[in-house]
Amino acid sequence: MEVRVANVRKEFERFPALHDVSLDIKSGELIALLGPSGSGKTTLLRLIAGLERPTRGKIFFGDEDASQKSIQERNVGFVFQHYALFRHMTVADNIGFGLKVRHGSSRPPAQEIRRRASELLDLVQLSGLEKRYPAQLSGGQRQRVALARAMAIEPKVLLLDEPFGALDAQVRRELRRWLREIHDRTGHTTVFVTHDQEEALELADRVVVMSQGRIEQVGTADDIYDTPNSPFVYGFIGESSSLPVKVENGEIWLADRPIGLSAPHAPEGDATLYFRPHDVELLDGCSGCIAGTVAASRRVAGTRRVELEIGGERQRVEIELPVDHPAAQKSRVAFRPGRWKLFPAA
Amino acid sequence: MTTAPAQAGWRFRQPSVIPGFGLTLGFSLAYLTLIILIPLSGLVWRSASLGWAEFWAIASDRRTINALEISFGTAFLAAAVNVIFGTLVAWVLVRYRFPGRRIVDAMVDLPFALPTAVAGIALTTLYAPNGWIGKLLMPLGIKVAYTPLGIVVALVFIGLPFVVRTVQPIMEEIDKEVEEAAATLGASRFQIITRVLFPGLAPAIITGFSLAFARGVGEYGSVIFIAGNLPYKSEIAPLLIVIRLEEYNYPAATAIAAIMLALSFVMLLVVNLVQTWSRKRYG
Repeated sequence: MEVRVANVRKEFERFPALHDVSLDIKSGELIALLGPSGSGKTTLLRLIAGLERPTRGKIFFGDEDASQKSIQERNVGFVFQHYALFRHMTVADNIGFGLKVRHGSSRPPAQEIRRRASELLDLVQLSGLEKRYPAQLSGGQRQRVALARAMAIEPKVLLLDEPFGALDAQVRRELRRWLREIHDRTGHTTVFVTHDQEEALELADRVVVMSQGRIEQVGTADDIYDTPNSPFVYGFIGESSSLPVKVENGEIWLADRPIGLSAPHAPEGDATLYFRPHDVELLDGCSGCIAGTVAASRRVAGTRRVELEIGGERQRVEIELPVDHPAAQKSRVAFRPGRWKLFPAA
Repeated sequence: MTTAPAQAGWRFRQPSVIPGFGLTLGFSLAYLTLIILIPLSGLVWRSASLGWAEFWAIASDRRTINALEISFGTAFLAAAVNVIFGTLVAWVLVRYRFPGRRIVDAMVDLPFALPTAVAGIALTTLYAPNGWIGKLLMPLGIKVAYTPLGIVVALVFIGLPFVVRTVQPIMEEIDKEVEEAAATLGASRFQIITRVLFPGLAPAIITGFSLAFARGVGEYGSVIFIAGNLPYKSEIAPLLIVIRLEEYNYPAATAIAAIMLALSFVMLLVVNLVQTWSRKRYG
């Protein structure tokens, strides 16, 4: 089911949590809402679910305006960070709950509900645990039960609020892969919220980066990482370094020296240069480059991260070098960013 | 989860590294013996000296049986009423924010503090045939004061805080997300309450019930004013005990007391078993 969020604004007691947000979600897509806490990502998810009502704007499921429908009528599957399982019910009863509370002819017979529950348990790889109570399961197992419960009602959309947030790193990674598999198999339109960029980039077809109640950028992992469209996205996704520079005659200047990068279409004046620490080209001589003194050097996993102090202002930037690169031993390093982007100074 | 003591049997388990287990357990046992066990065993001792035939004669006396029936019956009814309306009061206090909420919250505790005789007199004044509420009920043919119904009213008053105060904290702990989860799964408001919230509250409600019930069985002060104390009709067992004492009929008094003790013990035991069962299930 396609979901369309149209110019939605949400205020909590006059405090705006979302400003005029619009988003199109294609049928069958797996979408991540990514952002720091307070960015409005969970609010957006809850608005789609109907757990909150928009102050302004509409939400469409297909061509149908869902924003005036109650939560019960929307038929969405929602998975909470802390599982929110019914602890007085067995696993099978938890999963069957959504079918059991239906009325009249839409409620399947008890046998059918049981069959469906054990089918879903197979899908989430927990066969044989029908009779357990949630208290008897591990965190990862509980979250899988919660997902099975949400899928039992054959939801139009599956919404997951930081589904792996309460789990430890190992289980998280496992469940991530597993969620992708389930999604590919069942094809539910799925939206999940996360503040973990690795999770978002690895798992989602498209990532929606949010900040301060606004959508900053929507795109595939490649789009978001390679061509961030705002300083926020550049800074938030992956590692980044930035330097205050100046544009003059289509050339980028650092203090009083050109650094060998041309930006013919950039507006003249002060700007900020962003680049990835690992995407730099080391140079020997320095006519048109960025040069700095080594302030610190740290070994991080497979690379060495070197902190440089640049120019008289002692601006600090980080670059990454191969572990055995001789430049790390020197006191002065010159480089030029490979891929970079310029944003007008704020 | 709970540990399985089945194969362990009677065994002292050091609960933590903090010392003092022996001292505190010893103190607790000595204290409970002094306060509860010795007086109660004295009671059993005295009634045991009666002899079986005599004991049975007192126990099977119509007046004794009626008094016990009235005591336990009204206490049960009152506890049942309190479970329904006490839970409702707790719900209102936990769920809604309204002006005066804290005053209502404090009011719930009043029956704890008020001398029960005062409560009894106040209720009698209200519910007597010429009282404010009694006057309104009279034309409907409902007589409250001086009937078992009056006893129930007094016990409802006395027992209310027990239910509210046991259910309230558990209700406050209810995770809002659980309700939201149920709503997204299509459950109506009513279904959420009956299928999700209520079962979670059941252990607390059972506790509240048993406390209110136990309190009601033993209540004396407020009841004797409103009950009218007609033998066979509205005479409660504690009053009968006092009457026997005033007649210097100590064996009869202790015998009735021992029966009450046994009945209360059995009922509380049953309630506790139900509770253990539900705790185990709902973890």
